[in-house]
Amino acid sequence: MLTIKNLKARVEDKEILKGINLEVRAGEIHAIMGPNGSGKSTLASVLAGREDFEVTEGSVEFLGNDLLDMAPEDRAREGVFLAFQYPVEIPGVSTTNFLKTALNQIRQHRGQDPLDAVSFLKLMKEKMKLVEIDQSLINRSLNEGFSGGEKKRNEIFQLAMLEPKLAILDETDSGLDIDALRIVANGVNKLKTKDNATIVVTHYQRLLEYIIPDYVHVLYNGRIVKSGTKELALELEEKGYDWIKDTTATTV
Amino acid sequence: MTQIIDKQSKSALQEAFLRYFENSEKLKEPASSFLYELRKNAIHSFEQSGLPGHKHEEYKYTPITRALDKNFDSQDLSLEEVPNPDLLARIKPWLLTNIDANIVVFINGQFSQEHSKIVSSPQDMILKPLSQAFIENKELVEQHFAKQASIESDAFVALNTAFAQEGLFLHVPKGKVVDKPVLVYFINDTTQRRVIVQPRNLYLIGENSQVDLAESFYTVGENPGYQNIVSEIVVAQHAIANYYKIEIEGQQAYHTGTTQVQQAAQSLFNATTVSLSGAMVRNNLNIALDAEHCETHMFGLYMLDQHTHVDNHTIVDHRLPNSFSNELYKGIMDDHSRGVFNGKIYVRPGAQKTNAFQSNMNILLTDDASIDTKPQLEIWADDVKCSHGATTGQIDAEQLFYLRTRGLKKEQARAILLKAFADDVIQNIKVKPLREQLEHIIAARLEKNYQL
Ligand SMILES: Nc1ncnc2c1ncn2[C@@H]1O[C@H](COP(=O)(O)OP(=O)(O)OP(=O)(O)O)[C@@H](O)[C@H]1O
Ligand SMILES: [Mg+2]
Repeated sequence: MLTIKNLKARVEDKEILKGINLEVRAGEIHAIMGPNGSGKSTLASVLAGREDFEVTEGSVEFLGNDLLDMAPEDRAREGVFLAFQYPVEIPGVSTTNFLKTALNQIRQHRGQDPLDAVSFLKLMKEKMKLVEIDQSLINRSLNEGFSGGEKKRNEIFQLAMLEPKLAILDETDSGLDIDALRIVANGVNKLKTKDNATIVVTHYQRLLEYIIPDYVHVLYNGRIVKSGTKELALELEEKGYDWIKDTTATTV
Repeated sequence: MTQIIDKQSKSALQEAFLRYFENSEKLKEPASSFLYELRKNAIHSFEQSGLPGHKHEEYKYTPITRALDKNFDSQDLSLEEVPNPDLLARIKPWLLTNIDANIVVFINGQFSQEHSKIVSSPQDMILKPLSQAFIENKELVEQHFAKQASIESDAFVALNTAFAQEGLFLHVPKGKVVDKPVLVYFINDTTQRRVIVQPRNLYLIGENSQVDLAESFYTVGENPGYQNIVSEIVVAQHAIANYYKIEIEGQQAYHTGTTQVQQAAQSLFNATTVSLSGAMVRNNLNIALDAEHCETHMFGLYMLDQHTHVDNHTIVDHRLPNSFSNELYKGIMDDHSRGVFNGKIYVRPGAQKTNAFQSNMNILLTDDASIDTKPQLEIWADDVKCSHGATTGQIDAEQLFYLRTRGLKKEQARAILLKAFADDVIQNIKVKPLREQLEHIIAARLEKNYQL
């Protein structure tokens, strides 16, 4: 589904991604871990199409198309969804305000009929239940005065509404209490099919007890320096990142 | 004393006004000697000050005199009416006639009985042409007319005072809460010729009363039109007045206007000024808080495109202690349009415990659009809370990106963000049909500009 080859990206003069290779197939869940500042959010942003980052080398293929060639909205329509680590506040715009247009644009792109107001509301009710989010929250100005957990839950609600093929969750677990974590994880698991895939960026093994990854990768200093199965996450939890930093230092 | 007059900057139109006044019998009619005295003083003051040139401190960003000289001449001062049978059809889309409201229409400065509709009873509110009020409500009018708007402070106020003949007189008696809004339309019909009009309004909001009042300005026709308007509003103790000024003008429409407000103790005054189009517009909103415990809100939206130039000057003058004022003006400038904002807050020496806040936010959509913004705080009291801030920028890139990652086209995301920005002001309009009309116009504008 997603093939990243030797991806390098920089902001201004600073190289942040220094040659990422990653293959994600339909039905898989990949976890990306790594110390602060290693480039996890940058990778997520580059995949979603943020223009602040300049891709200097490499390629990203998504369902046979050149992802890097597409505008952010086209990526979304093709099925890429990013749950932001720090979702932006938008005063005066509520989730319900833009989500109907967004969903119908995506549906149109997939050759489906647009939803009328009634079916849209019905779908919303269903997904709100799934992620246990309150109507009042999605009617409020986006993220304005939301608690950390509410912001994250709202991201997952949108994920549930838009049903992407590839979901990238950037630290969706941080700031969530244990109940919220379970709800979010439960939502992600329920949405999982053999045709979609998920990349979860996280610092904590905790989340991976609920969302069980097929692969775990360690991103360090702009490169994936180690890949393994879910046991790798446990090892990281125990030993930290230093032992990996050491191994990379010797291999460089 | 010798006066130095810069020959080149002398306005031809200014001379025309002076000559016209000199020769006009009508303006000297002794029908009301009270009025004639006012006119004489006003024209004298106007002669002294002249129309403001480009060096005038209060007009340095708005070359209105030059624009007027370019577009109008002495022939435009005398109006003989040419009937226009198509007019009704053309103004109909603007008039909110199918709602339960008082509709008052002025066409080229003349009260139009035909287009107006008064639904409130005379016990609840007196609503009539000013010329009629001068005769029928002489005492009340003479007590308040031209008492607030100062002819020395602004040449256009002086000009209006010298020439004004018609406008709206509104009086809400003590204790009356008027539930039907008053929508006043000032329509310039320039289909046949250029038009200059100078409406003059007097609104007296009695003790403990309440009213919603909207002034809307439209131009029909392709020739240039100019409206120089003065509205005086006296808000008595404990009264609540919601005032709206709506400008959806033609591309050849010029406007100078002063709204002069005086608030008494415990009164509440809310103003919302919305300017969406026109050639060159200057709004002065001057509010004097002449008593304690007054509350004032001033909202403004200027959403401009093409070559439209809109200048909002506001003054809120805290003269006594314990009052509150809040101001939010927002601008969106597209194409070659130009915005000007100047907001003055005065806190006089005795006006302790004043709370006064002001904010001006601007979005420039093109490199050719511009804004000149100047907040001015002058505080002579020490125990006060005042703040002001102005921002100018583009549409927020983070917000734009966020919406695009949800599948919205860039244009769509921009339209949503701009609508939300404008809504902040529009949502303060309490007259629902008026608010919806503006929402509709703004949505249509965004749809057109972003080809949605
Ligand atoms: N716009 C930017 N300008 C300058 N530097 C940036 C910018 N965006 C990211 N960086 C830098 O790139 C590096 C990687 O940042 P990134 O946000 O991708 O890290 P991360 O792995 O997500 O970290 P965390 O675990 O703290 O979320 C950091 O050093 C960061 O300061
Ligand atoms: Mg991050």
